Amino acid sequence: MATGELNPNHYQAQRAAKVVQHYLNTRNGSPFRLFRLSRVHSGNLEDLVDSGRKYQLEITVKESISNTTEKLSASVLFPREERQGSAQVQASCDELLKVNITAQEEAFYQQYKNSQNLVSAQYLPDSHGRIDDDMRPFWHLSIVASSFVMLKESNENTLYNMAQVANVTQLATENDQLKFDGHILLHDMVSQEIIHWKLQFTWSPPEGVKVLQMEQLPHCHHCEKPQNSN
Amino acid sequence: MHSCVGLSCVLLLTVIGAATVERAEYDYFKYHPMSEITGWMAQIQKENPDLVSIMDYGKTYEKRTISLLKIGVNTGEKKKAIWMDCGIHAREWIAPAFCQYFVRQILDAYKKDPKMQEMMKNMDFYVTPVLNMDGYIFSWANDSTRLWRKNRSPGPAGCDCYGTDLNRNFDANWGTIGVSFNCCDQTYCGKDAMSEPEAQAVTFFVGTRKEDFLCFLTIHSYGQLLLLPYGHPNFTAPNYDELMKVGLAAADAIKKVHGMHYTVGTSPDVLYPNSGSSRDWSRMQGIPYTFTFELRDNGTYGFELPEDQIKPACEEAYSGALEIITYAHNKTFNGAVATAAATLWTVLLTVCVTSTNLM
Repeated sequence: MATGELNPNHYQAQRAAKVVQHYLNTRNGSPFRLFRLSRVHSGNLEDLVDSGRKYQLEITVKESISNTTEKLSASVLFPREERQGSAQVQASCDELLKVNITAQEEAFYQQYKNSQNLVSAQYLPDSHGRIDDDMRPFWHLSIVASSFVMLKESNENTLYNMAQVANVTQLATENDQLKFDGHILLHDMVSQEIIHWKLQFTWSPPEGVKVLQMEQLPHCHHCEKPQNSN
Repeated sequence: MHSCVGLSCVLLLTVIGAATVERAEYDYFKYHPMSEITGWMAQIQKENPDLVSIMDYGKTYEKRTISLLKIGVNTGEKKKAIWMDCGIHAREWIAPAFCQYFVRQILDAYKKDPKMQEMMKNMDFYVTPVLNMDGYIFSWANDSTRLWRKNRSPGPAGCDCYGTDLNRNFDANWGTIGVSFNCCDQTYCGKDAMSEPEAQAVTFFVGTRKEDFLCFLTIHSYGQLLLLPYGHPNFTAPNYDELMKVGLAAADAIKKVHGMHYTVGTSPDVLYPNSGSSRDWSRMQGIPYTFTFELRDNGTYGFELPEDQIKPACEEAYSGALEIITYAHNKTFNGAVATAAATLWTVLLTVCVTSTNLM
């Protein structure tokens, strides 16, 4: 694969830039803050003999709830071998972090922290792309939790997005963290596969999202059989 | 008494008659199940009998009839043609929505736009709203089937899974790159090139008319891309430069509508290498302007694009498609018109000069 200056519209730079999105979401994502890759302006690829392949990128990232953008530099190092772990990313979006979401986070946290009725939702978004307004923060939380998986699973031959939340269920609050079980569906654009993951994750305003457990679920073959429907 | 009842009957029938003329307007900005799309096709044909006919051109694996709308002025002569198909991949619901919108737009434009009137005189539009009908219907069955991609033919003996990726099944470098031979995978290319009845239907219909077709546009989602042939990195289309130029013009047109950025390039450059696509097959038949459209979005909602985005997604895609179609039309027809006009002037001048000389 070619090294040196990359065409920012071509797949190499685009795939590496998407990994930066996942990284930023793991670091600073919240029910009220979500990062999206907006544009890739330039990219450069270096083959580092011992460590792996390093992408240097200039990208624009959008914070999708406040609809603000920031241009930033980022680097992504894909290790040469899988045993060396997942991609190493260096990036920060200081401007976007200045958007004040403290009030919303606190209100949301208090609303669900001591709740008698634990929240549970299926299929976010639904088949028609709908998400109830009060479920949106849970959709955002699930995307952030998924980003941990997508960051871990990403390499030069993948391009991940979260396709859908099959199920997100609130568990009892533990150590002042809201706690959830999630069944999420990831879409890898390159293979076109839908990959099922089970996650257990927590969130609080000071701690952010932490993933306690993640487990890939096997492809369900019998689920493909013709259903009894018209 | 008898005549009063009769009068009431007449009034009642008039009221009912008036009510049935008031049909519900089709909502182009909601997703429709297959049965409603089929009904819509019949309605479009009924409302535009001089311009629209329905053609059945194949059967799906589950024996459903695959149909298209043929739209154009009936000149009685052989005409050039534009092909558009939507819904090769079941989960890409915005694509069939776009085909329906496209049909509505060109029929609307025909009423008032002289350019569309000219194009419909010179060309026929062949639009298949849903090619992979079995897969589309399966994706509507329940929440857990929504993300189905392939058709619904069973796997080969020894493999439990269903479906072949129709966009890897065409006879264009079939089975060489960007495919899987595992029937459980999303890019399973089938047991042979063109093993699938849906791919056969397109191949037979377009193949037997290939000299007529100027454009072959196949509509997908998501990713906001305009893809040129070929999917195989070792092959370059003979008119690559022209395709890039036209593609970039289409992306410009798209951006002007709602500011959305669509990337233009070959699959191996901007997305991934692949083989057996309908776009590659049609380019190999000699159809000059063949593009894959990957519509909104960029991964936020992915395949489950919210219904409030159907309108803007369709508006921008229409602009892009029209750019390509108009280019193809003008290259084929205005050149001929200019030549005919030039010939006429030459004849007139010659007659003038000759008659002057005789005087």
